[in-house]
Amino acid sequence: MTLTRRHLLKSAAILGAAGTAGVPHIWTKQSGFAWAASNEIKVGVLFSLTGTTAVVEKSLHNATLMAIDEVNKSGGINGMRVVPVIEDPASDPATFAEKANKLVLNDRCATVFGSYTSASRKAVLPVFEKRKNLYWYPTLYEGRECSKSVMYTGAVPNQQQKDFIPWLVKTFGKKFYLVGSNYIYPKEENNVCKILLKELGGEVVGEEYVPLGHSEFGSVLNKFRETKPDVIFSTVVGDSVIALHKQYKAAGFNPDTMPMASLTTSEIEIAAMGGEYAAGHFTSAPYFMGHESAENAAFIENYQRRFGKDSVTHFVSEAAYFQVHLFRQAVEKLGIGDITPTNIRDAASGLEIQAPQGRVKVDADTLHCYLWPKIGQAQSNGQFKVIQQSADWVKPEPYWAYPGQSCTKDGLKGT
Amino acid sequence: MDILLGQLFTGLSIGSVLLLVALGLAIIYGTMGVINLAHGEFVMLGAYATWFLQSTLGLTLLPCLLVVFLMVAAAGWAVERTIVRFLYRRPLDTILATWGIGIMLQQAVRLAAGADLRYVQTPDQLAGSIDLAGVAIPSYRLFILAFSAALLGLTWFVVQRTEFGMKLRAVTQNREMASCYGIDSARIFTLTFAFGSGLAGLAGALIAPIKSVAPDMGTNFVVDAFMVVVVGGVGSLFGTVASAGLIGGGTAGFAFLLNDTLAKALVFLGVVVLVRFRPQGLFAATGRR
Repeated sequence: MTLTRRHLLKSAAILGAAGTAGVPHIWTKQSGFAWAASNEIKVGVLFSLTGTTAVVEKSLHNATLMAIDEVNKSGGINGMRVVPVIEDPASDPATFAEKANKLVLNDRCATVFGSYTSASRKAVLPVFEKRKNLYWYPTLYEGRECSKSVMYTGAVPNQQQKDFIPWLVKTFGKKFYLVGSNYIYPKEENNVCKILLKELGGEVVGEEYVPLGHSEFGSVLNKFRETKPDVIFSTVVGDSVIALHKQYKAAGFNPDTMPMASLTTSEIEIAAMGGEYAAGHFTSAPYFMGHESAENAAFIENYQRRFGKDSVTHFVSEAAYFQVHLFRQAVEKLGIGDITPTNIRDAASGLEIQAPQGRVKVDADTLHCYLWPKIGQAQSNGQFKVIQQSADWVKPEPYWAYPGQSCTKDGLKGT
Repeated sequence: MDILLGQLFTGLSIGSVLLLVALGLAIIYGTMGVINLAHGEFVMLGAYATWFLQSTLGLTLLPCLLVVFLMVAAAGWAVERTIVRFLYRRPLDTILATWGIGIMLQQAVRLAAGADLRYVQTPDQLAGSIDLAGVAIPSYRLFILAFSAALLGLTWFVVQRTEFGMKLRAVTQNREMASCYGIDSARIFTLTFAFGSGLAGLAGALIAPIKSVAPDMGTNFVVDAFMVVVVGGVGSLFGTVASAGLIGGGTAGFAFLLNDTLAKALVFLGVVVLVRFRPQGLFAATGRR
């Protein structure tokens, strides 16, 4: 028999197929495997420490590790130490997927805490769904997701906007200018905003999306000048937030008469732009560093002791922090032989915990959280003053803007 | 009318920032032919140097400028002496080497100063805005406009009217022949590279107050800078000015009629078309290369 290239390829293919199909049980059977040993349970920590979103993700990484440390210092979970396995996905979605695979398959983590951007969450989603593992995602995001492998501890649009928009209309007026970065999140948030405005008889005088990383807002500012909105509704993210605020002030606008109302400007952006540029503008979020509660005071004190007295906590790092404590409570309910990612998820459904923002609860249907939206006004010292808090916790409705659809225990219903 | 005037100024102001960022590259790429992909990182270094001087010594922006120029020029000098000078006859390797330098500078800054976004204050006297024919014009933008014009003048003077500039032009035209006449061409190139780097540093210092300071801020600038230099014509200072104005004005115009996302795409499209039909740029430098 002569060896031709085609022949070689063919036999290689057969060999390859045998390699994956021939001996499945040894490699994939999990029944005999324990997710936790008697003295330790491994969890993955997947936040970018390098690359474009490292600025924010580093703070999430810090908050997560701090919470893990707190759990261990107070005796661990039923005597088990929580061992963090840290990976740096370098702000790159493909690397996120690769590292997630490693954490789930090689390190056998029972849970992974991670991601800031939606792009990175979407990239790891198939890994966690395929391996029936569990991902904890702390960021506020655009909703429209109903995975049973993700615990969502950040806010969805209905939670941030339901109180905020009516309050803005009442306080400043009905003419809104919508400006956002050009990707999915601002567009979904603006959808919700437009529906709410319509109900209130409001008017959208302009809608504009700028490229990610954009830093020349002269044209946008001129359009504000031309259309004279009562409120600038901003879902601009990242570095652009800083450029927008600085150039807004330099252009001579006044936040008393035409404030920017944002869903994305947090203490971390304000620290980078300087308080005087943010002062007077508004943000709606479930958590502000300036929120007064015993849990928050302890959270901030502990955080600043570890990471420096200039370091700030914000609405994403707070979720990154309390979700570890949610995880702890869920695992505490399980016997050591019962610990699997799926059981942790089921144990966490319906759980309540006293978080720095207030008492939060995991919604058993959507796996999102009941949260306490607040309206904060930025002050020149870099902090937000909480001027209104919702009367009750607000139920997460990830499909709020899509009346035909809803997220249930069995997944997405409706089309 | 006010709006049109305001938008005109926006265009000028975008153009002046582009000019500021591109000026250093126009010198390094335009005269030495070195494709310096670390240019954006020198801009970033300038911004960080300003932040450092401001947060440790409490200096305001203006006194920082000279120090920042010298600091970044020194960094450029070191890079030229240790790496770039060995690669003058290997242009492709220079691209790779300077790109690598850029990555290393980014990570070095990240390690030294942290990944946090930093904050540089606008000088108090320039923080407000001036009313000009009913249009509020940010004073700092006006300052950048004036400063970039002044830097342009200075650069022109250095290249055209000083002995160093004359030697530089001689080396640019024919390195071997210039060396035969006793010009130390290696030294001229080192100084030129340092001067270009220093200009990039100044650009970083001046841009820091209107944007944010982060380790990866240079990535966008290097693209802008190359675009300006290539469109303007390599080796032509006047071309660089014209192209910065054109691109700035184009961006502002399209952004006004449509939006910023489309404006960016349309301007890039325009650049592609221009380079296709006029590869030498708007104003090609005359003279032998």
